[in-house]
Amino acid sequence: MGQRDLAGDRPRCGSCGGRGGVIDGLPTMSDADSTDEFEPVQVFETTDMDLRPGSDDCYKCSTCDTSCPVAEVDDEFPGPKFQGPEQWRLKRKEGHAVDDSITGCSNCMRCDDACPSSVPLSQMHNTARGEYVESQRFGRETLAALRRGKPREALEIVDEGRQGLVERVRNRILANYRTSAWFASKMPRLANRAMNFGPARWLMEKTLGVTSEREFPAFAEQTFREWWAERGGAHVENPEQRVAYFHGCYSNFNTTEVGKAMVRVYEAFGYEVLVPPQQCSGTPMFANGMLDDARRHAETNVANLAAAIDGGADVIASCTSCSMALRQEYPELFDLDGIESVAAHTYEALEYLRLHEDLEGALAEADVDAGEFAYHAPCHARNQGLDRQAIELFADLDGATVEDVGDSCSGISGTYGWKEEKYDYSMAIGEEMFEHMDAADGETGMTECPTCAMQMEHGTGYEIRHPLELLEEALV
Amino acid sequence: MAIEDDVCVVGGGLAGMTSAIRAARKGARVRLVSHKKSTLRHASGLVDVLGYTPDGELVAEPFDALSALPEGHPYRRVGTDAVRAGLDLFDQVAGDAYRGNHTDTNALVPTHGGTVKPTARYPQSVAAGLASRSEETLFVGFETLTAFDAPLAADHLAAAGVPSRTRGVTVDFPGEFRADSRVTRFARALDENETIETTDGPTTARRALAAAVEPHLDGAGRVGFPAILGEDEPSAVRTALETRLGVEAFEVPMGPPSLPGLRLEELFDAALDEWGVRRTTGNPVVDFEADGGRIRAVYVDRNGQRTPFHADQFVLATGGLVGKGIDSDRTGVVEPVFDCHVPHPGDRYEWFADEAFGDHPFARFGVAVDDDLRPLDAGGGVEYGNLRAAGGVLGGADFAAEKSGSGISLATGHAAGRAAGEAV
Repeated sequence: MGQRDLAGDRPRCGSCGGRGGVIDGLPTMSDADSTDEFEPVQVFETTDMDLRPGSDDCYKCSTCDTSCPVAEVDDEFPGPKFQGPEQWRLKRKEGHAVDDSITGCSNCMRCDDACPSSVPLSQMHNTARGEYVESQRFGRETLAALRRGKPREALEIVDEGRQGLVERVRNRILANYRTSAWFASKMPRLANRAMNFGPARWLMEKTLGVTSEREFPAFAEQTFREWWAERGGAHVENPEQRVAYFHGCYSNFNTTEVGKAMVRVYEAFGYEVLVPPQQCSGTPMFANGMLDDARRHAETNVANLAAAIDGGADVIASCTSCSMALRQEYPELFDLDGIESVAAHTYEALEYLRLHEDLEGALAEADVDAGEFAYHAPCHARNQGLDRQAIELFADLDGATVEDVGDSCSGISGTYGWKEEKYDYSMAIGEEMFEHMDAADGETGMTECPTCAMQMEHGTGYEIRHPLELLEEALV
Repeated sequence: MAIEDDVCVVGGGLAGMTSAIRAARKGARVRLVSHKKSTLRHASGLVDVLGYTPDGELVAEPFDALSALPEGHPYRRVGTDAVRAGLDLFDQVAGDAYRGNHTDTNALVPTHGGTVKPTARYPQSVAAGLASRSEETLFVGFETLTAFDAPLAADHLAAAGVPSRTRGVTVDFPGEFRADSRVTRFARALDENETIETTDGPTTARRALAAAVEPHLDGAGRVGFPAILGEDEPSAVRTALETRLGVEAFEVPMGPPSLPGLRLEELFDAALDEWGVRRTTGNPVVDFEADGGRIRAVYVDRNGQRTPFHADQFVLATGGLVGKGIDSDRTGVVEPVFDCHVPHPGDRYEWFADEAFGDHPFARFGVAVDDDLRPLDAGGGVEYGNLRAAGGVLGGADFAAEKSGSGISLATGHAAGRAAGEAV
């Protein structure tokens, strides 16, 4: 049945000739207008990331603005409609750089879900943030001002640049969590103490703007990969059923029990688990406009995951931001061999089992002694259509109840809530979730996203579990 | 394998939600699959049955006018009883938040453009504003809320011959808000009765708003505001304003994003939860699997990845041209999910009338169905035995001109959901 591909509304990377982006070097106006005879006038200069068709789809209904959790609490933030299509037009004009309010966007991607016109808002925000960070150079501008005989202006540029530089260094440290985590994992106990050492945290806040309000997550004594090597890799060999696990940084360095649960559950269903070499998914880098860093990591991930796919595996992620990056952000932002294949073969861990196994049947027969959970659906699960999955799945499980705490954003959004200047907004966004968790019967939280878990714990003091851990308890 | 339900409804608007609730009430296990946030947040929140005949005549008693509709109109397919049953379901979902069920006669509600809309059900917050009442009305607009020009709307209503005197005034919304603040921002300030800084010192949002309006009251018997009076606490906000001003206050429905639509969406969400309807939102349905004239599964797409949802019965409720349930290009008009036949002239110059507000054939484009709401192919045969269609995707009605969109969604959603639930 040859059906029309509605997803084709979404522009892809222009340079690879993706659907809806560029046809023969010319931007397409809309589906209805793209015929062979029709040659639209080339009003705007096209770049390799031509977002004009998506921008033109915006009819300014403002639904994205009303779904933006940042705009809800921060009156200074102009919202996704401005950051996306409006800014896209503005910055095409001489003298209009990307507005610095773009750094307020937390990359929750709720605007994507809200837009009735499929305007690629998060893609526009990611590219604008990338441009903004890229444009934060000050050496050349300072010299130019000096040459023009304007020392005062040169000083101003240096001063602005210095402030920008601190922010940039801070963002870079936060975004490259994998690097810090790798160091910390070498001496986890010392790192756990040092990272939450009061005076050090005060210094980090004063010099770098990393809030001292939060507890740094504990590093595991043994990383997931170390555990994996120690157990001798996969315990099940099965060329017919194979999954490549994208564990991400967090279940490797911090919540290794999530990764272990994933392995045990999948092996119980007879799957062979591969753990290919991998880097950070790039999510914190997208959110901080560091597209070059993200691309570097994506190159490794795509190459290794595509190779696993060629070997008959599908890709599984236990973190919903990681699966979001592999599924959507990669093909939107990068043009790499195998990237479409990785996007099409990546699944969230529970989702995959639901599709391929009788998970509901297995859970209906199981019983656990787990109690009550207050479940929060991460924004990036929501955007993949997975926000009600855990509630639905565990509805018939004896011995556990999982209660949805509503559709608000947790507010931390990865690195956003770690920034000193964003901390209060982050907590204001999370307020609704904290209240709902408090009102729910359970005293244990549940979510798929490691940073949402951090925020849930921070705001309520609850212990937070991953659905895979409950699945392990029920089935293994 | 995988995800299986008794009934799978494609589309999360009024028709989809109504059919899902109706099927679930029959005892079926129901899943609602929708692409985006519900279109209700774009809707005025008014629920019309029939405001105008196809000839453009104003309808006072919609139920009396249904039988005169042309053959093939969705209301003729499902019959008057289904229209009443659909409204009954709506009344149960909406509860006290809506009015209009005391009568079959259309209510006349002033809109933000200053027109009068004939409608069957209206939010409680709109009630005091009905155009049929005779008290003098003051409309209040805000400098930064350009979508509602209160003096213009008041003049339009006067020109339309409403029985009350109407005046409009534009004031500053008190407090330090962005010049382009969202309607939800004002609603939240009023919901939470935030502290507002004024030249006379700090005060609360509701008190400050009443104070800004009070000097303009000048004997008016009621005050109309754009629909921004709270999202979670509309009745408390309105009551506070009424107490301070000493007259009734009401909301004028606005364009998207619409607070009355958002509030209605929440009521329906709660009803879906209550009836155990399973929901999957965020990805478009792009394909399906069929076997011997029956749909077996629909597929949602995420960047090339296809996820199947199996069911025994399916309901297509994807909306019309605006909701993207019907699509067109230069070569023809299609229903993109199941590729159901959409009757339309081959020559696309016959799709429209020359006048902007003419009788456009495209407005009636949609799938043709039998009396069981099953889509028909070009030869008049049933496309799929277990597929029914509801709401805007149906052809034969110009719901924008007739003011019949919500009523058609409720009536056909009810009928399709009941039939699907019974067929399981």
